[in-house]
Amino acid sequence: MWMTDLPPFVPFFLAAALALFTRGPVQGAIMLAAPLLGGLHLWFNVPVDVVYSLPVLEYQLLLMRTDQLSLVFGYIFHIAAFVLVVYTLHLKDRLQHVAGLVYAGSAMGATFAGDLITLFIFWELLAVSSVFLIWANRTANATQAGIRYLIYQVLSGVLLLAGALIHYHHTGSLAFDFIGLENPGGWLILLAFGIKCAFPFLHTWLTDAYPASTHTGAAVLSVFTTKVAIYALARGYPGTDILIYIGAIMACFPIFYAVLENDLRKVLSYSLINQLGFMVCGIGIGTALSLNGAVAHAFSHILYKSLLFMSMGAVMYRVGHTYASDLGGLYKSMPKTAVLCIIGAASISAVPLFSGFVAKSLVMTALLEQGQLIVWLMLLFASAGVLHHAGIKVPFFAFYAHDSGIRTKEAPVNMLVAMFIAAVLCVLIGSQPQYLYSILPWEMDYWPYDVTHVLAQLQLLFFAALAFVWMEIKGYAPPELHSTNLDAEWFYRKLLPAGVRRGLAFLRDAKESARAAATSSLHGIRSSFSQSSIAKYHFAESWPTGSMVFWISAILAAYLLLGIFG
Amino acid sequence: MANNPDDKEYYLDKPENIDRLLKVFYVICALLFVADFVVHRHTKVALEEFPAFYAIFGFVAFVVLVIGSIALRKLIMRKENYYDVDD
Repeated sequence: MWMTDLPPFVPFFLAAALALFTRGPVQGAIMLAAPLLGGLHLWFNVPVDVVYSLPVLEYQLLLMRTDQLSLVFGYIFHIAAFVLVVYTLHLKDRLQHVAGLVYAGSAMGATFAGDLITLFIFWELLAVSSVFLIWANRTANATQAGIRYLIYQVLSGVLLLAGALIHYHHTGSLAFDFIGLENPGGWLILLAFGIKCAFPFLHTWLTDAYPASTHTGAAVLSVFTTKVAIYALARGYPGTDILIYIGAIMACFPIFYAVLENDLRKVLSYSLINQLGFMVCGIGIGTALSLNGAVAHAFSHILYKSLLFMSMGAVMYRVGHTYASDLGGLYKSMPKTAVLCIIGAASISAVPLFSGFVAKSLVMTALLEQGQLIVWLMLLFASAGVLHHAGIKVPFFAFYAHDSGIRTKEAPVNMLVAMFIAAVLCVLIGSQPQYLYSILPWEMDYWPYDVTHVLAQLQLLFFAALAFVWMEIKGYAPPELHSTNLDAEWFYRKLLPAGVRRGLAFLRDAKESARAAATSSLHGIRSSFSQSSIAKYHFAESWPTGSMVFWISAILAAYLLLGIFG
Repeated sequence: MANNPDDKEYYLDKPENIDRLLKVFYVICALLFVADFVVHRHTKVALEEFPAFYAIFGFVAFVVLVIGSIALRKLIMRKENYYDVDD
């Protein structure tokens, strides 16, 4: 077809350029061709150890470097990009189409980047292109959320560049391989990756911006940014202990928010962080099994998470919102979407025969093999939590629960096709995991389907579901309420603005009182002067302009005389 | 939105059908619980050998999660337009 060393981002950027000037079916065909041809090319023609570099001034930009790790992420990004293009075909919004293609292309660029400068370029392109998927909503809320999102993303890029330069100073290399925490640059780069990966306290850009994006945008966003970060962590920091604990926290804290949150797209955003936690944990353990687990989890997660976001996007498109409190009974109008959503929910909940099960098992088993009992229990707790918010809450409150009386139409055909492809892949990976396992980067000997493991998982899920049924019937479950739940963003959306306002008000008051003090003492001096005996000589108080001109003339005349005779 | 009035009676509209489904669900739960004592399991840690460990853990974890969330809600819940308002 084309050269082996054609960097995979090129077809996407070409398609984006063409999509600028085309419309209708031609535009659709171009957008479909990019991931389809690019993906087939990558699968059939591109082996490992392909390198392509572009000299820029004195520097070689490594635009393409393939190994099994980058190839696996490349495959899944192409699959997801294709599914998402199908999903967005009904849109008549050039901005979103072009931004989406550039965004997907940037993810390819970052995945195949061989050095940190190339990574930085695509890292920033990811940020700048993706924000349009939020702004394209064209509401004040989306605009502001987009700006906050962009600040975080660009900050991540700046940290990456600074870290890369310090790393270069210490090691003399800008290669994007194992980075580690040996020098301060490594810490900065970890922080940069951590922002994009939604580490705790750095995560609020995600839960803020994704629910504010367009009905298709959230599904697109859910695929690339955070998984590029997972890829970068897997390459730069495998076996870094701190990631085990960061991952465990990421898996646990968002599920409490997900239980409370009313906007189902926000529930999915918190759930996304929870899923990233499993992957980060797997990277932190750093054994072949756990790293494979992180990669396999990212691979299957991209499919089921985008499937869930797509189903909620369909609800958003038809109903106009995704508030659990106001939905319910939608299976009557959107039965196909409901079934597809349930397949996504079963996958994310790791029900045996669905993709989450075969991926999550790897990390969980690796944890036990490494004797990380506490972390294992935390992730087991998080697994039960996933069942609550993503497995039950999202499909149940949207499509079942009490009938809200909303009657609408089934999702458009292209949306259904996209969701169907994702759902088929979820089941295929879950029931035939050998295909996914065979492309994983590291050697391992593992098979998830044995009686012990399947029984354990079914018990965990069914009894968690039993608890749900019990609490729903008894009325113990927290009601879905329209509300805002405080998160780390409070610091910069409430405390910081309030602090700045207070600070400005304080300075304004200080200025006023300083001026009052100064003027009052001046008044005092003036009034005491005017009462004094010399006041009658009328110093500056009432000199007429004429007399001033007269005296200036006199002085000038004196200078003139001095000049002539002096 | 309500452009096609829907007077069709669905399977899940009848409470007795929901009861029927729930009964099936309870039976499956019971079978899974019992299975633990019948099937020989290959465990990795001692904790797993506790009878019906995963069933109990799943149930308790879920309840802890919901109770924890309710407690958390008291702390963090604000009105919906909380961030829109200038104080």
